[in-house]
Amino acid sequence: MNGVTAAITGAETVGVGRGRRIQGSPQGRFSRFVRRNSEQGKLVVQPRMGFADTATMRSGLEAVKAARGATIGTVTVDSYTRVNDHDAARRALRDGDDLNGFPVVAHGRDTTRALLDGVAGEDFPVQFRHGSALPQELFRALVESGADATEGGPVSYCLPYSRVPLPEATAAWAECCRILADQPEPVHLETFGGCMLGQLCPPSLLVALSVLEAMFFRQHGVRSISVSYAQQTHPDQDLEALAALRRLAGEWLGPVDWHVVLYTYMGVFPRTVIGAFRMLEDSARLAVSSGTERLIVKTAVEAHRIPTIAENVDALEFAAAVAEDEARNPRPVAAVARTGVYEEARMLIASTLQFGDDVGAALVNAFARGHLDVPYCLHRDNANRSRAGIEPGGDLRWSNPGSMPVADTGGDRRPVSARGLIDMLGYNERRFDREQLVGPTVRSLL
Amino acid sequence: MINLGACVPDEVILAECRLARPDALVVSTVNGHGHLDGLRLIRKIRSDAELADLRVVIGGKLGVRGAANAQFSAELVDAGFDAAFESEAGLAEFDSFLGALPNNDTHRRELAGAAEGGAK
Repeated sequence: MNGVTAAITGAETVGVGRGRRIQGSPQGRFSRFVRRNSEQGKLVVQPRMGFADTATMRSGLEAVKAARGATIGTVTVDSYTRVNDHDAARRALRDGDDLNGFPVVAHGRDTTRALLDGVAGEDFPVQFRHGSALPQELFRALVESGADATEGGPVSYCLPYSRVPLPEATAAWAECCRILADQPEPVHLETFGGCMLGQLCPPSLLVALSVLEAMFFRQHGVRSISVSYAQQTHPDQDLEALAALRRLAGEWLGPVDWHVVLYTYMGVFPRTVIGAFRMLEDSARLAVSSGTERLIVKTAVEAHRIPTIAENVDALEFAAAVAEDEARNPRPVAAVARTGVYEEARMLIASTLQFGDDVGAALVNAFARGHLDVPYCLHRDNANRSRAGIEPGGDLRWSNPGSMPVADTGGDRRPVSARGLIDMLGYNERRFDREQLVGPTVRSLL
Repeated sequence: MINLGACVPDEVILAECRLARPDALVVSTVNGHGHLDGLRLIRKIRSDAELADLRVVIGGKLGVRGAANAQFSAELVDAGFDAAFESEAGLAEFDSFLGALPNNDTHRRELAGAAEGGAK
């Protein structure tokens, strides 16, 4: 469905929508797989999946490969590796303790290479997902193991999950980009900037950070990039945000190979099975209607625990089936809402770049001055003066911009109470669970 | 309330507790490693002369197994936590715990520490 533009004339050309696109030719087998499926009108679906032991991880990759749908494999790395505590990971492997992912560095290059051998390929690229602010050692192990792709970013894996100073993380990520850039075969790098704590960060900032991190990657030599966005609290607002992301990526990334990836909701998840699948369904339809190339799913047990292989396959096949249905029978979509996400994100990108000579310095300085400020993020290099809230209709908006140059709703600026925060964090959980927990009379009122 | 942020090293938690003398230390964990990291932390706290009597609780996703994580709660309490709140049980128990703290609101100091981040 998507025409590929091989000759790129300039970053200022804007191709928005499904038909026209300014994206460089695919580099590496990860991107080739995504592009091939996108051209055939298929949404690429991918799990979040990681197990400590090699045999289970291998079974998981094989099951994902065999799943019905255009699937990419994922190896999620455990939390000890994310903080470079490889000794703790080795101890856990030795003692047979549960880990929440595959410890790449502790297992080592040869084991990881063997994990991929015979399952990863042109028809099944594999991405390693981690969460590390200082991933140099991990990246070296990944390129030596033949990984097709990984993800993260100097801001998105520093502020939400680490205590590492932002300048140090930024320097580390510059080094990591060069590790990927030095490979003869391009390794794909996805920015996690469209997530930022998973919830309660307004779309304009998610879009801006996603594009800025992608620009950082490109500046440090990465040749194949994806920009991300995480499903939030209102489908129309998300559709607008994804259109803004695609347009801004076209405008700012220039003639590099890129695509868009959507994450099924990353916040507090519905607890019921039906609620969880409804949330996943919404994200798959959103991906197709926005022209997004790739979707990373969540499973029915997201609220409770790490999913089994079978639960992951269920989620992938369900998402692929929904996407197929949406592509075949597109719902009548009213015009994409225009609430200013594009304009606000563009302004945040352009003004942030004034803070430094390169993208990394600009990001560090912009955060130091509160010009960029992720709401509710406790990292000491984040101002944490901005606040966002969910409006009665479900839109996510700034309630207090702090020092950011964005418009607030002019609403309630009182401090958010603990109870109020917990209520907002549970917004999607309640929204999707109540469909199952109320009868038809009440449901018709929702 | 003093929030120590994400991925707090054991040594930082101990140092902050000695300094702040909180009414309670609350450890929050979501990544499923709480049953491993919590044990390591509480052993250090209970063997520290200054902190051996500190009120310490842990809550969140204590393991990677959902309802079966309940087994870890008992293990963590045995090791020295005053309470372990598995997320499946909801917030009510934790609210009761907070409500039962000595009622000196103006001076109450509660220290919160979070373990590592969630699934990527």
